[in-house]
Amino acid sequence: MTIDTNSFVTSLWRFFSSLKLTIFLLIGLAAVSIIGTVIPQGTPPPAEYLQTISQAKFDIYQKLGFFDMYHSWWFVLLLYLLTVNMAACTLRRLPHDWKTFREQAPTLDETREKSLPFSHVWKTRGNAGEMKRLASDILKAGFAAPLVTKVDDEYHLFAQKGRYSRLGVYILHAGIVVIFIGAIIGSLFGFRGNVWIDEGASVSTVSSNRGTPLELGFSVRCESFSVSYYDTGAPKEFKSILTVIENGRTVIDKRPVIVNSPLTYRGITFYQASYSPAGAPVFHINIRDRKSGAVSHIDVAQGETVRLPSGESLRALDYTQDISPYIQQLSGPAVRVALLSRSGEARTLLLLKNYSDFDDLRKGNQIFSVNGIDMKWRTGLQVTKDPGVWIVWLGCILLVGGIFMAFFLSHRRIWVRIGGGRLVVAGSAGKHQAAFRTVFDGLADQLKKL
Amino acid sequence: MTSSFLFNIATLSYLAAMVLFFVFLAARARTVGQAANWAAWTGFLVQTAAIGLRWRESYVLGHGHAPLSNLYESVVFFAWTILLIYILIDLKYKYRAIGAFVLPFALLGMAWAQLGLNSGIEPLVPALQSNWLLYHVVTCFLGYAAFAVACGVSIMYLLKARHEAASDVGRSGGIYSLFPSAKVLDDLNYRAIMVGFPMLTLGIITGAAWADYAWGSYWSWDPKETWSLIVWFIYAAFLHARITRGWVGKRAAILSIVGFVATLFCYLGVNLLLSGLHSYGGA
Repeated sequence: MTIDTNSFVTSLWRFFSSLKLTIFLLIGLAAVSIIGTVIPQGTPPPAEYLQTISQAKFDIYQKLGFFDMYHSWWFVLLLYLLTVNMAACTLRRLPHDWKTFREQAPTLDETREKSLPFSHVWKTRGNAGEMKRLASDILKAGFAAPLVTKVDDEYHLFAQKGRYSRLGVYILHAGIVVIFIGAIIGSLFGFRGNVWIDEGASVSTVSSNRGTPLELGFSVRCESFSVSYYDTGAPKEFKSILTVIENGRTVIDKRPVIVNSPLTYRGITFYQASYSPAGAPVFHINIRDRKSGAVSHIDVAQGETVRLPSGESLRALDYTQDISPYIQQLSGPAVRVALLSRSGEARTLLLLKNYSDFDDLRKGNQIFSVNGIDMKWRTGLQVTKDPGVWIVWLGCILLVGGIFMAFFLSHRRIWVRIGGGRLVVAGSAGKHQAAFRTVFDGLADQLKKL
Repeated sequence: MTSSFLFNIATLSYLAAMVLFFVFLAARARTVGQAANWAAWTGFLVQTAAIGLRWRESYVLGHGHAPLSNLYESVVFFAWTILLIYILIDLKYKYRAIGAFVLPFALLGMAWAQLGLNSGIEPLVPALQSNWLLYHVVTCFLGYAAFAVACGVSIMYLLKARHEAASDVGRSGGIYSLFPSAKVLDDLNYRAIMVGFPMLTLGIITGAAWADYAWGSYWSWDPKETWSLIVWFIYAAFLHARITRGWVGKRAAILSIVGFVATLFCYLGVNLLLSGLHSYGGA
């Protein structure tokens, strides 16, 4: 029974610490990840997509979690398996590499000499002590300061560089695990939601994407929202001016928040995400009487009708910020209104902000012109709190640092043994053998001349 | 002189270089190889100047952004990074024949950009107005270019290995004698991926950092993000198989080609065939 358990544990251990599993998991993750890029993701998935698939297909996809596949139990399981695999491989390999990392292998005995890929032996006649001193200088100048040990009249010199590269592979895998930890913390304790704020209004609660409300503990007021455009008509900047008020005190006053420049307060970050009109625009309209020249003034919101002193009515139909795409010779904002006579006859007028006399051409009794358009906006902010994000960045630093250590550094070791009428030089490198050979041969040439 | 004119010169230089590389392989004349290499270098220098000039032109127009903001500019930059990697290999190893397998990628990119894509210099949409744009695009494309070179070298490997297996030992003939040995090609494939993988990793991380800064989420399983991760998984598998299980030769070459196909899909397929946050990267 004991033997059975042991062999079971052993085979389990072999399975989880094998690199075959690693390669299987990496290729498997690559393959299944494609699914979520082809099937639109979302809970529920986009309606336009659902119309294109049959009910049977929908049921299968739903059961397999394809509509939120990166959070489905089987995808998360693959990620957990990868983590267990990384941990097991580390446990299996780290002790040996740690020993090599820590090891000061000061002496070059016969066994080691035979195991090293680079070596030279020369007969010498010189004084061993003197040669040891010179060899030390050569190593120090051309490689690294050596550790000198004397064993039975023989001097052993040992120098090494880049031993930290042995740890790079562990640091990079630890980085991946740290990223996972950061992501888990973010999903457990973080928050993600949206909020709409009308210009001039403020909020102190936002609702999360999962539908649960979050008390901010302070309130955010949208002072104003604006969009600016390039000459080409493409949007240049979406800007909300936000004020943060806590316990009746203004803590952040009128901070502009644009795309790529969010606002963070007490760990909660507000991102400019979208905007929409808040209610109908209001048009300020001047009316000049042709006979008397008297000017009166009315305000009318889009879609509304107002009665004029003359007994006629004016209905505001629609407007544009720029007339030039419709009438090339003209520019600036334009409002379309309907003038309704007492008998109910309607006539459509175009009023241009930049041309106050435009309506004069109609030769009517009253001359209308638009003085201004008040458009009230509503800003759409993405609101997030992610206490795990700094752990994710730490993991990224470990990952990148580890990759560079593991890929571009190499643990290089050189030994020299002097005594018994012989000088032996030998060395090894973890990788980049060709580059090491150049250094090694250069040093060997100098040592040969001793 | 406009940057567009210089880009045309660069494209023609790459065309000349590619034709000369093919002639070099067929005729096996050392001087032709030299000329091909000169054409490649000339094209690269002219293109470097053109990118600099386009950057300046964007300032003159009042937009003032690095030329990395739309599909045209990214394809041009991709071609440039491929040449950069070729030139580094040329400086270090002087394997001219590789040019015949690497230049076509760059030429294809430049020809497509010059003939088929909108080359207007446009102002940046709000989402792209960030310094992260430069770091993200440069690291990603250095990675992509290294993978392109690895793919070209892998194709050479498969041809060379088949030829070596078929012909008698010691008898070398045909264009394959100009290829570096199969062992060298296999090693170059590995080295190119050793450069590309850290760059792709940095590209994904800078992208995540930017997404967090602009949208408040460092990872949202957007198709582009997911595909970059798929590419990362494939090359991670390559490296694990190589370092610890000794996958060399044919299997490594095939995995490298598969990796580059995924890279191309990540770069172009996602924008042209799927929808997502990177939609402004489309034409």
